[in-house]
Amino acid sequence: MRAFTQMQGVAVTIAGKNVDTDQIIPARYLKRSRTDPQYADYLFHDLRFNDRDEANPAFVLNQSAFRGASILIADENFGCGSSREAAVYALEAFGIRAVIAPSFGDIFFNNCLKNGLLPIRLQQVDIDLLLGSETVRASDTLDSLSPLHIKIDLETCTIQSDLIHTAIRFSIDPFWQECLIKGLDEIDLTLSYQSSIDTFETEHLANSPWLTHAHK
Amino acid sequence: MAKNLNTQPESLFEKIWARHVIVERAPGPSLLYIDRHIIHEGSFHAFAQLKERGLSVKNPKQIFGVADHYVPTNSRDPKEAVTGEVTEMILRFDDNMRWSRANYFSISDPRQGIVHVIGPEQGISLPGLTITCSDSHTSTHGAFGAIAFGVGQSESCHILTTQSLWQTKPPCTRIELQGTPGPGVSGKDIILAIIAMLGASGATGQAIEYCGSALQALTIDDRLTMCNMTIEAGARFGIMAPDDTIFDYLYGRPFAPQQAQWDAAVSNWRKLFSDEHAQYARTLSIDVSALSPMVTWGTSPEQALSISSCVPAIRSGDSSADAAMEYMGVTAGQPLSKLKIDRVFIGSCTNARLSDLQNAAEILRGRKSRVPGMVVPGSMAVKRDAEALGLHKVFIDAGLEWREAGCSMCVGINGDLANPGERVASTSNRNFVGRQGPGVRTHLMSPAMAAAAAVTGYLTDVRSLTKE
Repeated sequence: MRAFTQMQGVAVTIAGKNVDTDQIIPARYLKRSRTDPQYADYLFHDLRFNDRDEANPAFVLNQSAFRGASILIADENFGCGSSREAAVYALEAFGIRAVIAPSFGDIFFNNCLKNGLLPIRLQQVDIDLLLGSETVRASDTLDSLSPLHIKIDLETCTIQSDLIHTAIRFSIDPFWQECLIKGLDEIDLTLSYQSSIDTFETEHLANSPWLTHAHK
Repeated sequence: MAKNLNTQPESLFEKIWARHVIVERAPGPSLLYIDRHIIHEGSFHAFAQLKERGLSVKNPKQIFGVADHYVPTNSRDPKEAVTGEVTEMILRFDDNMRWSRANYFSISDPRQGIVHVIGPEQGISLPGLTITCSDSHTSTHGAFGAIAFGVGQSESCHILTTQSLWQTKPPCTRIELQGTPGPGVSGKDIILAIIAMLGASGATGQAIEYCGSALQALTIDDRLTMCNMTIEAGARFGIMAPDDTIFDYLYGRPFAPQQAQWDAAVSNWRKLFSDEHAQYARTLSIDVSALSPMVTWGTSPEQALSISSCVPAIRSGDSSADAAMEYMGVTAGQPLSKLKIDRVFIGSCTNARLSDLQNAAEILRGRKSRVPGMVVPGSMAVKRDAEALGLHKVFIDAGLEWREAGCSMCVGINGDLANPGERVASTSNRNFVGRQGPGVRTHLMSPAMAAAAAVTGYLTDVRSLTKE
């Protein structure tokens, strides 16, 4: 997995609560391979493009200032719904390396961690602080803001923006923090516990022998 | 690990969790043993990861594959799929499943069906197990007293090759269901009411345990529906203590314990209940006798109301609700029963089991549907059972299509979609923007309510169509 230590980049705000993974990538693209060169276009596809595949100029990711965005700021329950990991693949293909929101869909959150994309849970007050204003809470006006540059440091768990003087702290489970910083491969990590798994499994399957019975 | 002489009262969830911890790394996630893992055609990413790294499937007997998401419902021939690309998805799954040597129910297998319908049906879903599936509605299987949860493709790959997963134990919310549901109120109505009450992120990061006298009186199908949609309140897990209704159902199922092992298993399962003083993050109580049939009006399952309600006035500044109203073509104050529908869909892992089809057929018997629509059984076994009861004739006589088993119009990736702008009365689980096709407006409801909408052509209180 790609390591995540620190980064800086342009942040883009996606409006609305409960942005589900169907919006992040429509179901009809799920059959595509991750190596598909068009993958970045599938991100928020039906919000970004009309049915003739023309770009919707009102959608924030189509505005020139945000085309190179690498940090996404979202509202409550971002990535809820379907377990499709393709939502993370599409964000990654577009160049997003971190997502900041007050809360995330559980499965989406985990899928981010497995792909080196940093999900940051931040209270709304801190997000407002980061955005530099309480007066721009109405999300639709955020689109017209000039791009915000943000710096994220996973080792110190801090976020800086050019609008604030003191860094904002965030928290993440130390286990996942370490995995991300070192770019640890989770399967390799688990296989280092192979003898524990084997010991557990032998006893467990002896107690539930039907789990491994052959069936016709 | 030291043996835990535990005198602390534990919840059902905690008991099952403790039995599956391989490595504990507190604080943080534990390495959890996964008893059974189910996959579908979307698993090609996980297989690609496995093959790329030269890994194999560790315990094929504990892995189950079933083709459901992409399969055509008008044929059992993969070549009849909506596009060549979809045919390829189904055939690639065939290849991957052969390579895996795991249990496999292909499109032509008589046991084929939606993952969350065939799990219980085949005895794959059992009390006390940890069950995963690369689908968010895996919470369904918690109705049998299992820890069951949806995973992504990387997690699926990890399970396939290690039979384990790093997971953080979630806090648990307990919901006690009291009272007796009135006529026309099903498990779907109860869970929609719960989602409306908690909100779409109301239980994010948590498990929900359901209990109470009303629960024991619910059918297995209703319990499965409730756990299925628990994810729509944000909770990755729904769980219910197993009882004799579940044990009786499981007896003799192909992948359940057989013969001599059965009694030992059941006596073990009888210990699967929450201790009296178990700790919960919060406890809620709902009187189900106060509930009415429910429908959704918006683009999140939390936007659900009793059928006798009007579209609510939105708080100023709530851009999400505003956008939902615009997308759905509804206005504040509009009675839900005045909304005219264009299509009906009866199916999905939420509501395509036999009793769901019976409930719909009861309303449609001898009546005509005013709109086109399809009835898609949750599995080929459900299809056979329904046909043995003559239910297919009721649907066909009403003017609806009777299809083969699959996910169909719940997610639409097999090509079963509504037309742009159409309003659909649907028994599925998500009313998200574009879920049933670009521009399609989905209203979620129970099978009986969907049948009632078909009969009148409007969202309708099913109680107005039933005789005392």
